[in-house]
Amino acid sequence: MKMIIVAGTPGAGKTSVLVHIIKHLQSRDIHPSVVKIDCIYSEDAERFKKLGVPALLGLSKDMCPDHYSIYNTWEMLEFAEKNRSEMLILETAGLCHRCAPYTQNCLGVCVIDSTSGPNTPRKVGPFLSSADVVAITKGDIISQAEREIFRERILEMNPTCSVTDVNGLTGYGSYELADHFLSATDGSFDNDTLRHTAPFSVCTLCVGEMRVNRKYHRGLLRKINGIQEYTGE
Amino acid sequence: MKTIESITIYGGLNKNGIQERVRKIELKKGDIIGIVGPTGSGKSSLVSDIEQIAQEDTNTLRKVLINHATPSLKERRDPRLKMIAQLSQNMNFIADMTVEEFLIMHSKCRNKDKRIIHDVIESANLLTGEAIQLQDNLTALSGGQSRALMVADVAIISESPIVLIDEIENAGIRKHEALDMLSGKGKIIFVVTHDPVIALTTGKRIIMKDGGMDELINTSAQESVISCDLGLIDQYMLNLRELIRTGQTIEQLELQLTNV
Ligand SMILES: Nc1nc2c(ncn2[C@@H]2O[C@H](COP(=O)(O)OP(=O)(O)O)[C@@H](O)[C@H]2O)c(=O)[nH]1
Ligand SMILES: [Mg+2]
Repeated sequence: MKMIIVAGTPGAGKTSVLVHIIKHLQSRDIHPSVVKIDCIYSEDAERFKKLGVPALLGLSKDMCPDHYSIYNTWEMLEFAEKNRSEMLILETAGLCHRCAPYTQNCLGVCVIDSTSGPNTPRKVGPFLSSADVVAITKGDIISQAEREIFRERILEMNPTCSVTDVNGLTGYGSYELADHFLSATDGSFDNDTLRHTAPFSVCTLCVGEMRVNRKYHRGLLRKINGIQEYTGE
Repeated sequence: MKTIESITIYGGLNKNGIQERVRKIELKKGDIIGIVGPTGSGKSSLVSDIEQIAQEDTNTLRKVLINHATPSLKERRDPRLKMIAQLSQNMNFIADMTVEEFLIMHSKCRNKDKRIIHDVIESANLLTGEAIQLQDNLTALSGGQSRALMVADVAIISESPIVLIDEIENAGIRKHEALDMLSGKGKIIFVVTHDPVIALTTGKRIIMKDGGMDELINTSAQESVISCDLGLIDQYMLNLRELIRTGQTIEQLELQLTNV
């Protein structure tokens, strides 16, 4: 089984690009299963089903979608196996910049919107810096010079990744990405580990505290002045 | 950068999945070719196939060769080795930085000395009436200023043996000067245009239809003459525009063409 984990902020073009890639995979007789993880709502699974691939939607509700996706990896792999797929494609919610959902044995694909400005690659953190493949979308809306600067910034943050320009509307560049999917290694996930620690939060807000006054907050708290402390018993 | 003697485009499929009628186009050093056709006929995808040096790996399945060979992936992607400069249709910048930061960063991407940025500003300011300053914010430039800066940036920083120009006319800048700036000697130029004056100054033109290259027309001797006359009309219109802009009135039409 190959596992492909696709991360990127909402609206970056993950689903659009995946739709093109899946068509290329199908034309080469590969039948992936797709899982979309989100928090509240998503229509993406329906878009995937229209292509005739088995698709599953996981909603994490008020839980962290990245934790949710990690501890459900096993169920997702089983879903793909049950469908006799050679490949599991996971589209993450892409909500936060602290985490990288990739495991060591998956192919980690970061989808990033080039119209989000040349400082974005410096802001997004581990889901860019620990990716194997970076797909840059929406280059059709900017100048060649801006595209080149954006690419340079990506390589600054992740010098070893393979960078592809892709257009989610027309599918330009999606052949090249499909090739990366096809040449991903067939992994075993029994002893697989994360590349980066999952986003971490251990304070009273995590267990339902609603009051804002500082006297109610316990746990590991990081103050805006940079000091981190443990408050409580 | 290696010298480029020729570029060859092998036809693929049009929007209906049928072979496009033009199967092969080969251009040599110094050639200038027009790309014409209605909106939606596939002009910009042809430009993007050429920019990416497509290898049957885009929707159109076209294949592009440089000097009769497939360039390496690095030559196709790395801006430091790129053989192609592109002026796209975009009218505005969206990167939030100053003109100076932008030009310095881009010259770094293209392996150029950063002192070059002063030439870029100077050239850009020849194309637009409203002077651009290094400290201006890129996103605050007017449409004309942005276009002028893009042209100068492509001409000087992205300086490459193959140049793709996607609609230079509707940008509120001096289009002939802009075209001259981009065109330099010995380059291969592709120019997407709706402007008859520009279309007829090229040596040949590709007619686009339904996403495919439908026909290749050589500019006739007659058309070259007409093109010169159209140039005069164009110049006349520009002069009128200047007069009107500076508050003068126009008394009569004074247009004389050489051989009409
Ligand atoms: N212009 C342009 N729009 C794109 C491109 N890729 C995606 N989009 C648009 O961006 C929006 C968000 O895309 P979507 O695939 O849903 O993003 P996701 O949230 O990352 O899955 C949609 O309206 C797409 O049509 C692209 O390359 N160029
Ligand atoms: Mg999506």
